[in-house]
Amino acid sequence: MDGRKKKRKVLLMGKSGSGKSSMRSIIFSNYVAKDVRRLGATIDVEHSHVKFMGNLTLNLWDCGGQDAFMETYLASQRGNIFSDVAVLIYVFDIESREVERDLDTYSAIISALREYSPHAYVFCLVHKLDLIQAEHRQRIYEERSALIRSRTEHFAIDTFGSSIWDQSLYKAWAGIVHKLIPNLTVIERFLHAFAKRIDAEEVILFERSTFLTVTSVSSEIGDLNPIYDRHERLSNIMKAFKHCAARNTHTTPASAGFVVMHTKTPQFNVFLGRFTDNTYVFIVVPPGEAAYNCAVLNTMLAREGFSKAAGAAHGDGFPLPMPDSPGGDFNTN
Amino acid sequence: MVKPLHCSLRWIEPGPERHLFSSTIILHGASPVIKTSAELKLEESLQVVNTPSGQPAQAKSNKPHDFKPRLLLMGLRRSGKSSIASVVFHKMPPNETLFLESTTRIQKDSVHSFMDFQVWDFPGQFEYLESSFDLEEIFGSHGALVWVIDAQDDYLESVARLNRTILTVQQYYPNINIEVFIHKVDGLSDEYRTDTFQDIVQLISDELSDAGYENAPVHYYLTSIYDYSVFEAFSKVIQKLIPNLSTLENLINTLSNNCGFEKSYLFDVLSKIYIASDTRPVDMSCYEMCSDYIDVIVDISELYSWDHPDRKPKGEQNQEAESHVVLHDETMIHLLEMNKYLCLVSVIRNPEAKEKKGLIDMNCRTFQQALNDVFSRSWEQEQEAERIQNQAEQPQIEEPPTSNFLSL
Repeated sequence: MDGRKKKRKVLLMGKSGSGKSSMRSIIFSNYVAKDVRRLGATIDVEHSHVKFMGNLTLNLWDCGGQDAFMETYLASQRGNIFSDVAVLIYVFDIESREVERDLDTYSAIISALREYSPHAYVFCLVHKLDLIQAEHRQRIYEERSALIRSRTEHFAIDTFGSSIWDQSLYKAWAGIVHKLIPNLTVIERFLHAFAKRIDAEEVILFERSTFLTVTSVSSEIGDLNPIYDRHERLSNIMKAFKHCAARNTHTTPASAGFVVMHTKTPQFNVFLGRFTDNTYVFIVVPPGEAAYNCAVLNTMLAREGFSKAAGAAHGDGFPLPMPDSPGGDFNTN
Repeated sequence: MVKPLHCSLRWIEPGPERHLFSSTIILHGASPVIKTSAELKLEESLQVVNTPSGQPAQAKSNKPHDFKPRLLLMGLRRSGKSSIASVVFHKMPPNETLFLESTTRIQKDSVHSFMDFQVWDFPGQFEYLESSFDLEEIFGSHGALVWVIDAQDDYLESVARLNRTILTVQQYYPNINIEVFIHKVDGLSDEYRTDTFQDIVQLISDELSDAGYENAPVHYYLTSIYDYSVFEAFSKVIQKLIPNLSTLENLINTLSNNCGFEKSYLFDVLSKIYIASDTRPVDMSCYEMCSDYIDVIVDISELYSWDHPDRKPKGEQNQEAESHVVLHDETMIHLLEMNKYLCLVSVIRNPEAKEKKGLIDMNCRTFQQALNDVFSRSWEQEQEAERIQNQAEQPQIEEPPTSNFLSL
């Protein structure tokens, strides 16, 4: 890893048929959920590079999960596969009948990881939750997650329940991406200051092609919003509309996108626009025509400030705004 | 289910009537209102208790029952009638219709929107032309007969029964439009689809001309619940029942020409049926985008319209929802809430439109005023239909002078 371009190696592993390639296709390759049945089994390792947020590139290793492959990963390929890993994403199929055996494989992977990349971060996705009846979902997921944690040794781990048929997939991957972005605290500090300045209830940063939530800040009032899964639901809504737009403008989903979206209702106003090359900013402000227009104008100004900062000096990772400065050239109501 | 025989006419007991209240408040994050008759009655009686004058309840019951047009969904069993009703009016996801049980009673849905209408979903296993059924009860109102044919199945029996039905209905109830949905075409290849369509049209029109009906008013639609075709077809069916459709179309045409809209639809927000659009021909893509855009706004509103005493507005703003999005290829989709039931959604492909957003808004507001004029007058007409009819054959609604619209 050199300093200028940040490449993060991400391993995607799990038993054959657990849904690794399906979720990868939906998140990064603009598949819709019902298209994934076209996918065949992954043979050996499929590499893909996903550009994400400025200079951060995810180097995604989608590892085929059949037993024969698993054995080579753990034996002859061991050093190649498990070195320099930033994140291991391990996918469990909730419907699997051989839970104990899955966990043994997982333990073997974890010990290989400890050997070559002891500082990697581990995410476990308990996948295909849609196949479980809604009322049992939470309980079964928690049981499974406890079992997984007991086999994880010293690694830092997060577990998510997921399904390609609803927004839970976006929640899981947004969590993963959130961990990978460098200098996130700086971005968040900036967004806080910005949100306060324009009196926004909520400011969310979405990655452009995947529509994953990069980060978000909300005001004291915005925190009171009773809908906790709103970010992943937004990802889902906007991505679905992007697919629709692509279908109807005869382009590929990858090149379709939004320039700007304004929505005014009596309860809230929303602005969605391009922020940096790779992000959209989504702003929720209270109703009020003048205040809204002002907020939009300020967002444009902030964007310019942002890209200027990116052009100057560092250019490393996410452009850093000068501390405390982005108040100077703001309009006030 | 069937009334005892001492009653001379057989009548299938209707199921509990469901009421759907279409309203643009779903653009403000409220969930759609669906009530059964019993709930509604209870509410009404409570209202009467609360307001001793009983004015609102009174006004409601004064409305003659027969004024509501009826959509009668008929066809052989398992042809997809209930699925269509569930997907269009109850927002059921299409793949869940697999689990719908067979309909055994007449399912009545009252839709309360810009125009109240009823949807009657009939069980498919009965022949309604038998003399034992009370035809007057079924067809004796202004409306449309929607006959659903399963295109993936052998359709000869269905067509034969439809022919008998058309002949009877044509003879005694000419007020009923006849609409044929050639349904479940999602499973057919393009070529086979056209063949089936032509075959069915041929079978029916041959039979009708043999019986002496040339150019009988029968319309055909290829439909599927897995895409937008069933909404499109329902839109066309409903549009024929709207009294002042041509006025609405003229208005939208004027607006679209002046604003350079590619296509503009007046949507009923809940059912996503469009009740009028400008008359230029266009492919399905505009409808898909507009209809999906309504979904986007409804969904986002659901996330951010929570109530809290500390949430305060920061200034003046229109009480109607308004939204627009600009896509990667400069296409703009513009949505504006018109009144309690309707919203206007337009597609604009002119890249300069972005800068002239103010003009577009202003034109749309002018349109909104004109639209609401049309509607409010037509309510007056209901009461004084006679007087107006004496003055002129066609009540000429005064259109707003075109100079009110500013050209881009």
